Amino acid sequence: MSQPKTLFDKIWDAHVVKAMDGGPDAVFIDRHFIHEVTSPQAFDGLRKRGIGVFNVARTTATADHNVPTKDQHLPIKEALSRHQVETLRKNCAEFGVELYDLGHPFQGIVHIIGPELGLTLPGMTIVCGDSHTSTHGALGNIAFGIGTSEVEQVLATQCILQYKPKRMRININGQLTKGVSSKDIILYIISQISASGATGYFVEYAGDTIRGLSMEARMTICNMSIEMGARGGLIAPDETTFEYIRGRRFAPQGEAFDQAVEHWRTLKTDEGAEFDVELNYKAEDIGPMITYGTNPGMGISVDSHVPNLSEIPQSELASYTKSLAYMGLEPGTELVGKPVDYVFIGSCTNARIEDLRTVADFVKGKRKAEGVEVWIVPGSVQVSNQAKAEGLDQVFLEAGFELREPGCSACLGMNEDKVPAGKYCISTSNRNFEGRQGPGARTFLASPIMAAAAAVTGKVTDVRQLV
Amino acid sequence: MSKETLDKLVSTAAPLPIENIDTDQIIPARFLKATTREGFGDNLFRDWRYTSDDTPKADFVLNDPTYAGARILVAGKNFGMGSSREHAAWALHDYGFKVVISSFFADIFRNNALNNFVLPAQVSDAFLAEIFKAVEANPQTQITVDLVNQEIILENGLKESFAINAYKKQCLMNGYDDIDYLLSLKEEIKQYDLAHTNF
Repeated sequence: MSQPKTLFDKIWDAHVVKAMDGGPDAVFIDRHFIHEVTSPQAFDGLRKRGIGVFNVARTTATADHNVPTKDQHLPIKEALSRHQVETLRKNCAEFGVELYDLGHPFQGIVHIIGPELGLTLPGMTIVCGDSHTSTHGALGNIAFGIGTSEVEQVLATQCILQYKPKRMRININGQLTKGVSSKDIILYIISQISASGATGYFVEYAGDTIRGLSMEARMTICNMSIEMGARGGLIAPDETTFEYIRGRRFAPQGEAFDQAVEHWRTLKTDEGAEFDVELNYKAEDIGPMITYGTNPGMGISVDSHVPNLSEIPQSELASYTKSLAYMGLEPGTELVGKPVDYVFIGSCTNARIEDLRTVADFVKGKRKAEGVEVWIVPGSVQVSNQAKAEGLDQVFLEAGFELREPGCSACLGMNEDKVPAGKYCISTSNRNFEGRQGPGARTFLASPIMAAAAAVTGKVTDVRQLV
Repeated sequence: MSKETLDKLVSTAAPLPIENIDTDQIIPARFLKATTREGFGDNLFRDWRYTSDDTPKADFVLNDPTYAGARILVAGKNFGMGSSREHAAWALHDYGFKVVISSFFADIFRNNALNNFVLPAQVSDAFLAEIFKAVEANPQTQITVDLVNQEIILENGLKESFAINAYKKQCLMNGYDDIDYLLSLKEEIKQYDLAHTNF
């Protein structure tokens, strides 16, 4: 009998076209997503080499990072953003790559549209010039972010040269408590192992809590794998996965789907397979999380307090102090009751239909607090249309929340959606780095329902007191 | 594509003793709108280097003439975390840094740096502290980064070796590029592609 293998190893090994002695593997890439920000220099590289895209059928483009979230039917006002989107258009036309441009019914944040369209499937290898490519791993594949030189590699050869990462399994078991969601699970894990705790590893998430999550909730977890340094994260496919994929636009249909499912059922870690690191957490220990600092590892349960200086290792004190100074917070204080100025519900982490439903359910019949600005930015045109079909847009309108058009928006503030310097934003996105949401902006990362609660009360709130 | 190479560098160093420096700090997102690889050095560490009205911040290391001309950046652990933007490596390279020394690097940044002939040299926490100490004592101290022998040598004689994969080392020393290698596998890749049309 052959050596038991992890799911990660099974998928990786099946994609190695050539292993270099003592060097990296040439790994075949099944699906390549590109967008306007990290692709122009890669296309230029192809031109300089005088070569085309290896297999355009495996490449899909969309415009998401710097698109406006208002009046997308008009030309983009900001000249540099417009130029970048136009460059993507020209490149896709010249090289024959399918583009879901502004105005296309499939346009949206690249990590939202992949799964939504059935382009993302179990067992695949997927890359994109964006670190949150790990999102796709929720469907049971190897997906990771790459740099532009690597985008060029994949466009040119459909392969990437990579060293195999180490393997980590994180098991979550037990029942989640009231007000706690998958966003809290991942923020909790990162707070436990730090923003670099999984660097060098590829993570498999397992355990009965993970099994009990919806497909979209699983995507939120895999999405933030990179925030603990992991190359990516994946979850073995199961009935939830198959039901999610069934009938999606580019997924196998009919008999082909049944055959695919038969294969996908084999995609799991064998009993006895070894991981370099294995971690175990209990769902009951996880509360609604919020970050207080300037990296995603600086998170606490909302009913806790910002760590005291005595709780921080000596070697990290300087960075810790710098971080709190940026955030305008004092060690040892509570965040509950802290006024917020902006609420951002969006990003590849939490801008899917379930996220919008959660927010709408919570705010129905309520109204946002005076002085708070609330932006809801759906992850794709399809999410937006679905929200409108379900009447969620009306709920948001009555609550004083602004429903925008799809894009990455205030997650990274490449478009006009920036939080002003010194202002506090509770955000469902993935990064609270200095200046991430705009120069000087201060970010509290949290789940959609925590963000909605803050929108209604105007301050950081323990959502458990409202549900 | 570039025929740039790297084998041995002797230079002063710019110290940035901050941990978890993310790529949003190295190059903020609003400067990612260019469609070429050049010119990112002007905005390297933009928000640490300049105030909101574009005045240089006197207390930031890159604005301190003492460290002008440094080709080595020495930074706290977990350098390059966060976004996969290769613009971070382009900005460091464009500014003139050939080597970044830290006690830990984020994965994607490490790859991006190597693909742009910027050497991410990982040393122990203790040796990193020695480098910071040496630079603080004498900002003009020369640090030798010897890629051939995989060693970093300080003027006071202290040295430490660093690890780098043999393949990547050859790429840096000879100006090779991953795409040249992958293109040599084209036929094998085509056959794989054809045999795997269904996933």
